Amino acid sequence: MNVLQQNRAARWGAVALIGIVLIALPFALSQVGTAWVRITNLAILFTLLALGLNIVVGFAGLLDLGYVAFYAVGAYAYALLASPHFGLHLPFWVILPIGAATAALFGLLLGAPTLKLRGDYLAIVTLGFGEIIRIFLNNLSRPVNITNGPQGIAGIDPFRIGSLSFAKTDTFLGAAISGPMKYYWLLLAVLVAVIAINLRLQNSRIGRAWEAVREDETAARAMGIDTTKIKLLAFAMGASFGGVAGGMFAAIQGFISPESFVFVESVMVVSMVVLGGMGNIWGVILGAMLLSFVPEVLRYTVEPLQKAAFGRMIVEPEVLRMLIFGFALVLVMLFRPAGLLPSAVRKRELAARGEGELAERKA
Amino acid sequence: MSLLEIRGLEVRYGGIRAVKGVDLEVNEGELVCLIGANGAGKTSTLKAICGMLPAAAGTVSYAGRTITGLPSFRLVREGLVLVPEGRGIFGQLTVAENLSMGAFARNDPAGVKRDLEKMLALFPRLAERSTQSAGTLSGGEQQMLALGRALMSKPRLLVLDEPSMGLAPLMVQKIFEVVRKIAAEGVTILLVEQNARLALEAAARGYVMESGAIMLAGAARELLADPRVREAYLGEEAA
Repeated sequence: MNVLQQNRAARWGAVALIGIVLIALPFALSQVGTAWVRITNLAILFTLLALGLNIVVGFAGLLDLGYVAFYAVGAYAYALLASPHFGLHLPFWVILPIGAATAALFGLLLGAPTLKLRGDYLAIVTLGFGEIIRIFLNNLSRPVNITNGPQGIAGIDPFRIGSLSFAKTDTFLGAAISGPMKYYWLLLAVLVAVIAINLRLQNSRIGRAWEAVREDETAARAMGIDTTKIKLLAFAMGASFGGVAGGMFAAIQGFISPESFVFVESVMVVSMVVLGGMGNIWGVILGAMLLSFVPEVLRYTVEPLQKAAFGRMIVEPEVLRMLIFGFALVLVMLFRPAGLLPSAVRKRELAARGEGELAERKA
Repeated sequence: MSLLEIRGLEVRYGGIRAVKGVDLEVNEGELVCLIGANGAGKTSTLKAICGMLPAAAGTVSYAGRTITGLPSFRLVREGLVLVPEGRGIFGQLTVAENLSMGAFARNDPAGVKRDLEKMLALFPRLAERSTQSAGTLSGGEQQMLALGRALMSKPRLLVLDEPSMGLAPLMVQKIFEVVRKIAAEGVTILLVEQNARLALEAAARGYVMESGAIMLAGAARELLADPRVREAYLGEEAA
């Protein structure tokens, strides 16, 4: 066996090992508490969102501050088609594609009028778009009750495959398989698929066209790239991922209201992308996982720690969360401006800047 | 028959007419230059030809077909390629990646690979730096890269907007050497320049543009000798 084969074998071995650990993870987590399986599920949902936004922000360089709108569209598409609200109960494999397509349509709706905007201006319009969607959801209860307004939609169907319901606990070979565990495996499968799609996109013709548009739009057009189409494609594809994540969110929670889709959520997803490393899929996943888990860990440790140290709670975990969150972002921007795991392109840019400074100093 | 033929081209920015009825022709294999002062409408003319700006009036024909209003990405596939003002290289991509981006509209991988090698041979400076990010190149090298990248799309008509802008005199000479070399290989070139002397020396024919209209046109040699051109663009006192 030569070195190359050995490396390949080692790599596949590592992948298999990670795979087994990830599949077995919910058993370990449920030993600690089913809450942790739920937390992990939400973390994966946010990772899906971050990966979707990464297409728009990281690949195509279009800053979108209203991304949660697509999450909302997907969630409401699911909720309206699988709840007592309209009395519709379609299966999830029908609704998820509908949710993705509807979100993609909204992506085009946002993309088309903003084609000529860049940077800050685009950010402001997308921010407004996110708010518009939320306000619509809040008010579309009259004269015809579509969204049930601020009360939200309750009793949303869980995923069902035949007689297997994702809401109930089943016993399989003597082991209890809870609902959240089933969702975990489903989410894991979706995550793997989304990562695969992202990796393929990055190295495709479309990926290169996005890169060109991000760098210089005029030059991209001069290369024969249809920048209009390619930008709309970024918006639509990014949105469709958000739509899928939204649909799964609705099913997992069983209840949604416009409250779940506020501006802060968009900021959160953007932060995940920026913190992890814009344009780098693994960086984005790391950022999403960190920003999802750290607050939860805090929630469970801050209170007992403070009680043990001071006998009472001085700082609420929620307050601490925002403090640490802001501090972490400042630190990352200072010391790793391209994110924790920067994309190859950005790493190169920073290295080049370093060289430039060195050359300037010499001169 | 001329490869590019423009009749009565007008470009407007709101109420302002930047280009006021320009007629211009470029024959196959020719190097034609368009000179004029800042704000004369040269870049607007080019952008309207290449589909980057809408034409308010007039027609642009290319290879016997009217192309007025066609978007630039379609024209690139037809071989009408613009090297935009200010170079517009992809700063974060490597030199090699920039070059292959030039072949975006092509789908003959073997030919692209051959052309990539050809470019690296034509621009040894770029070959040395092929894995470096393009943003680290000097201005002159970036212009070389912009030219090389445009050549990667196999242009039939190459439209150059101010290739000498902001470059050191020595570098300007080098760029013009390359432009001549490209022309010698049979690529038709329409060159917009502020450096009127160099442009007229390289070109076969020239057009002089002033406040949105063509003031003079003719053989480059005659324009170089024309007292009006000498006074206004070559910085010489009228004799």
